[in-house]
Amino acid sequence: MTHAPILQVEDLAKTFTLHTQGGVQLPVFDNVSFTVSPGECVVLSGPSGSGKSTLLRSLFANYLPDAGHIKVRHAGGWVDMVTAEPREILAVRRETMGYVSQFLRVIPRVPTLEIVAEPLLAQGVTRDEAEARARALLARLALPERLWSVPPATFSGGEQQRVNIARSFIRAFPILLLDEPTASLDQANRETVVALIIEAREAGTAIVAICHDAPVRDAIATSLFDVTEFAAAA
Amino acid sequence: MSKTQKDATAGSAAAAYNFAYLDEQTKRMIRRVLLKAVAIPGYQVPFGGREMPLPYGWGTGGIQVTASILGQNDTLKVIDQGADDTTNAVNIRRFFAVTANVRTTEETAEADIIQTRHRIPEEPLREDQILVYQVPNPEPLRKLEPRVVESRKMHAYAEYGLMQVKLYEDISRFGDISVTYDYPVLTNGRYVMAPSPIPKFDNPKMHDMPALQLFGAGREKRIYAIPPYTSVKSLDFDDYPFRPQEWEDVCGLCGADDSFLDEVILDDKGGHMFVCSDSDYCGKRRAAGHVGPMADDAAEAGYGSE
Amino acid sequence: MGVSEPLLTADGVTKLYPGGRVGCRDVSFNLYPGEVLGIVGESGSGKSTLLNCLSAKMEPTAGSISFNTRTSGLTDIFQLSEPERRLLMRTDWGIVHQNPRDGLRMGVSAGGNVGERLMAIGARHYGNIRQEALDWLTRVEIAEDRIDDRPRDFSGGMQQRLQIARILVSNPRLVFMDEPTGGLDVSVQARLLDLLRGLVRSLGLAAVVVTHDLAVVRLLADRLMVMKDGEVVESGLTDQVLDDPHHPYTQLLVSAVLQV
Repeated sequence: MTHAPILQVEDLAKTFTLHTQGGVQLPVFDNVSFTVSPGECVVLSGPSGSGKSTLLRSLFANYLPDAGHIKVRHAGGWVDMVTAEPREILAVRRETMGYVSQFLRVIPRVPTLEIVAEPLLAQGVTRDEAEARARALLARLALPERLWSVPPATFSGGEQQRVNIARSFIRAFPILLLDEPTASLDQANRETVVALIIEAREAGTAIVAICHDAPVRDAIATSLFDVTEFAAAA
Repeated sequence: MSKTQKDATAGSAAAAYNFAYLDEQTKRMIRRVLLKAVAIPGYQVPFGGREMPLPYGWGTGGIQVTASILGQNDTLKVIDQGADDTTNAVNIRRFFAVTANVRTTEETAEADIIQTRHRIPEEPLREDQILVYQVPNPEPLRKLEPRVVESRKMHAYAEYGLMQVKLYEDISRFGDISVTYDYPVLTNGRYVMAPSPIPKFDNPKMHDMPALQLFGAGREKRIYAIPPYTSVKSLDFDDYPFRPQEWEDVCGLCGADDSFLDEVILDDKGGHMFVCSDSDYCGKRRAAGHVGPMADDAAEAGYGSE
Repeated sequence: MGVSEPLLTADGVTKLYPGGRVGCRDVSFNLYPGEVLGIVGESGSGKSTLLNCLSAKMEPTAGSISFNTRTSGLTDIFQLSEPERRLLMRTDWGIVHQNPRDGLRMGVSAGGNVGERLMAIGARHYGNIRQEALDWLTRVEIAEDRIDDRPRDFSGGMQQRLQIARILVSNPRLVFMDEPTGGLDVSVQARLLDLLRGLVRSLGLAAVVVTHDLAVVRLLADRLMVMKDGEVVESGLTDQVLDDPHHPYTQLLVSAVLQV
């Protein structure tokens, strides 16, 4: 199936200037352009330090590029994540673009089940249904049931990762950004997550991912995008 | 005090003082302030209070107001806690007898001007009478808002939530509004006002009173007023409405069940009785033949007889 | 929700103190309903001056501040009459002070503190006022049986939570917070922040939070303004400013934070 792109990256450039280090310039990438359509999974490739994470974070507007555009189809129009107002970016993050990092930004004291169900509640799903779906997803990710009522602050890395994934996959974001989604998972859980990613992709989610694990990459990618080709001249 | 005594002192001393002690300029100043106070019911008008020959707290504010409105043909009554025969009342009455040579009386109905400390007479006042209150603390918000500028703004903008907070605190702590005297009122639907430390029993009398009510605070140098027939509402809550004091007893001397009663200890064995705080009212009733349940005992104890 | 119209607009706000000392200079922004703006900077950076101007405590030397009032739309707050402004401040606005002493009546019970705003706008039913106070105490996690205790007997964290209840009872649309977690133990800070975050989100409150603590804005603020020497040197989405700071001062500020 082919769709019009939902994410268009045009001539993106990013250089870090470290004022605390005497104004050192660290060019990362330049002239990056690509598009992602619903149902596609673009995996960013290249060695460590080639700028994959910087690019992914730029797509989420966590980093601010120096030039170019990141156009996202949102609420019937296009939002440029490079120039949009903070509140527009937050709206895109709320409704259109999800981000799964390797680390869980924990909200203190909130129980795991609540954390996972929250995106559904925010969408107006009833509490019963939201919690039922959260339970099903946590069960599928094999997170022990005794942990569901506990805040995840004290969980192991793998457990936190799964909470993070559950929270991001419980609702269908049109665009998902994945930063090493399977990094700290064991084999069985890794397969579950891969299955979740593929399901989302086949349901029409546009995905941009960073993934060092070759078998996982091969399973989820519809195309590779080599960031090293766009390395900016130092 | 006998009337002859008063007349004797008055005659000799009068020439040494301006009429009613204050100089005419000061009286004019106070009269202007009074006009403003009457025009803005409940609003505290500052005035240039003078040093009076008695300490603050003894009625310096009330005296200055009385001195400014007193005419040569007026009859003056002075009460302290309702009684005409207590030290403060006697002294102020004597003061005006000396300095103004006016007629004084203990009978409410006879008086043109009644200066009072902490009571309103039981007998209803008339349009041709003026009631002058001695006021120690004119600012009802003082204990709630220590900043003077802020409390003036609260009056100016009618921000009276804080006053209500005080009453809320009473109910939450004591189960009811525990204020029994100086109970705050809203005058003419606009200014929250301290009614001077009269018992809340007297609050309803202020409402729609035919007589003009003037308030003088000497130490704080403030005058305020309630014109005749003005609405005066005691603050309260819908579910905790204002209630004046009530007694199960009646006056032991005259049997009145509608007056403010003082408790009098008779001996050191727990004997006590209630009597009207308004001595004129009580005396009139007894003269009219009303007899209270303890009239005989009181007579034996030497109390309540002329 | 009317997202298209800003709730609060600052346009070129400048405050000069006598002698020409700069409090803040040329600060402009729009704050939208439900948005939380963090203002960070060191002591003397002008963030408190700016907050004082925004919250109408201090009139700016130049520039204007407008609030979208319920009755007449965007209105310059210094063109309002003083009683109108005071009414606004105790209904649609709330200020959480750093020192609870400035925001609470220490001699009045917790219930009286929460009920004051209701009584100020005319509530005269004791039972209803008390019930509302109880509801709010519960929402800020103060036990119901403390309703008649005075705030001076409360811990610092409880005092801050009581300040919040006292403000929110009047359903404000805009809350100003001045170092809301200053002077609190770290564990108490986290609890307070968590509570604030929940309330801000669930009530759709707009807020301006002034702090020198970057962790506070990371958790609470949607967007950030970094101030130095009275001027805004950088602004934008909170996580973007903190994770990819551009201005030398912001980089210094962020790099100075101890990583735990």
